[in-house]
Amino acid sequence: MKELRTHAGFPIKPLYGPEDLADVDVGRDIGRPGEYPFTRGIHSTMYRERLWTMRQYVGFGTPTETNGRFKYLMAHGQDALNVAFDLPTQLGLDSDDPRAEGEVGRVGMAIDTLADMEDAFAGIPLDRVSVSLTINGMAAPITAMYYVVAEKQGAAADRVVTTPQNDILKEFVARGTWIYPVEPSLRLVADLIEFSAKRYPRSNPVSVCGYHIREAGCTTAQEMAYGLLIAAAYVERMLARGISVDDFAPRISFNFTAWGKIFEEVAKFRAGRRLYARMLRERFGATNPKSWMFRTLIGGGGSAFVVQEPENNIVRGAYIALAAALAGAQTMALPTYDEAYTIPSAKAQLIALRTMQICAEESGAADTVDPRGRHGGPARGLVLCRGADERHGDGDPRGDGPGRTDGRHRRGREERRPPGRGRAPGVPLRAEARLR
Amino acid sequence: MKVLIAKPGLDGHDRGAKVVAQALRDAGVEVVYSGLKRTPDEIVRAAIQEDVDVVGLSVLSGAHVLLSRRVLEGLRAHGAEEVRVVVGGIIPPRDVEELRKLGVARVFPMGTPLPDIVAAFTKEARET
Repeated sequence: MKELRTHAGFPIKPLYGPEDLADVDVGRDIGRPGEYPFTRGIHSTMYRERLWTMRQYVGFGTPTETNGRFKYLMAHGQDALNVAFDLPTQLGLDSDDPRAEGEVGRVGMAIDTLADMEDAFAGIPLDRVSVSLTINGMAAPITAMYYVVAEKQGAAADRVVTTPQNDILKEFVARGTWIYPVEPSLRLVADLIEFSAKRYPRSNPVSVCGYHIREAGCTTAQEMAYGLLIAAAYVERMLARGISVDDFAPRISFNFTAWGKIFEEVAKFRAGRRLYARMLRERFGATNPKSWMFRTLIGGGGSAFVVQEPENNIVRGAYIALAAALAGAQTMALPTYDEAYTIPSAKAQLIALRTMQICAEESGAADTVDPRGRHGGPARGLVLCRGADERHGDGDPRGDGPGRTDGRHRRGREERRPPGRGRAPGVPLRAEARLR
Repeated sequence: MKVLIAKPGLDGHDRGAKVVAQALRDAGVEVVYSGLKRTPDEIVRAAIQEDVDVVGLSVLSGAHVLLSRRVLEGLRAHGAEEVRVVVGGIIPPRDVEELRKLGVARVFPMGTPLPDIVAAFTKEARET
């Protein structure tokens, strides 16, 4: 029989049965949904009481153009927003900065002033609509602008639900949109978490991302391992400030991907929820069950979508939505079928939204809590869990992982390399050299 | 044959650039990688200092036409018009012809197989 392996490299058996659970303590390792260690989901009733939030990633051109697309999607049933900023905004450059030439309004909307931010959310009640801000190096000032817009709208601080991504470590590891060196960057991350925890109790001031590291070429197990390590690095920062873990950990959220093999993706999240719960409870001493919960956006991976016969990407999106639902996502977003070659069109965005709605209302995936059977999946989850554990050791803050803050990261290990050894010869210029 | 693989502009997506750099290296090409967020001027100076035959620009942010124009202008201004420029990334079909008119030798839009890119570079070398 042909040998098959998961993306993470573990062999896939043709059949799983009770014997695969022989070394599993079901009560301890699997448990019930809504109970520690949350392997089957963080809520006991999951989608029967509250469906996942649908939050397509949107932003292009001017704030007013983006505002129009926000309202278009909301008119078609999207219940929350996820904002894309252009690269100059992400890097703290004004639109008329020479380095911004050609980049303004390209991959997101351009924000230069508070007035721009007000235009972006004109007519959108920020005390009722939750908004993710995909911003990292500039998370503190952009989130401050957002809070001011909400205040000017008259929204009470305890009604404002926003999720600035604010995850700078994955920018160093994978995405590249960092501005300052590691230490001052981390100070900004912690400042925003601390301020929001005190003043905006329903905000989620950091969204720890495995997504971008996977898009940069790592495996499923590495995606979870890096994400958990980065989360641990932020928790340690906050504890070092003398803030009690239960005062901020309940508002930590995650941003992960799901594409490719459905059951491997589901196993990744089961293992991740368990590992995170144990880390927060046993290592960091959190006692509030909300601190133990791995709350996550699952956004399908854009790298899974290809330019050849792009309509097939609609089908891929449907499988991703199913994987995300079976994995227990709190929030879902899908790439659009045209994403491989353009900024998403309104039509493609609508199809992505409808795909999530069809999954929710017609597939049955939302009808039963953790509907995927009891065998195979859990066993595979444990296998993946062990893989992530090994990675954990590999990337411990005291070792060489993303938590290391002396600037000597070995960037690039996660990239998928063509066969061959070592790096391309050449002269690394400044930006690369700084990371080593 | 020596190539500078460069990331102009503000785009942080370097997986493609690194995969191409390593494939070229494995094909026997000497490769210099610029690192992220280089200005066109920095790329032009690196190309001249490193005496490369080809500059490969990788752009996924949509700014490819302007950034390619700036690099080509810079090479000409420094009398280095013999350095060929090729461009890869998220390049919509409508922009391929525009890039060629600017003087870009080859364009590798999304979906281009890696062996095709390597073959094109080695062909560029023979013609240089």
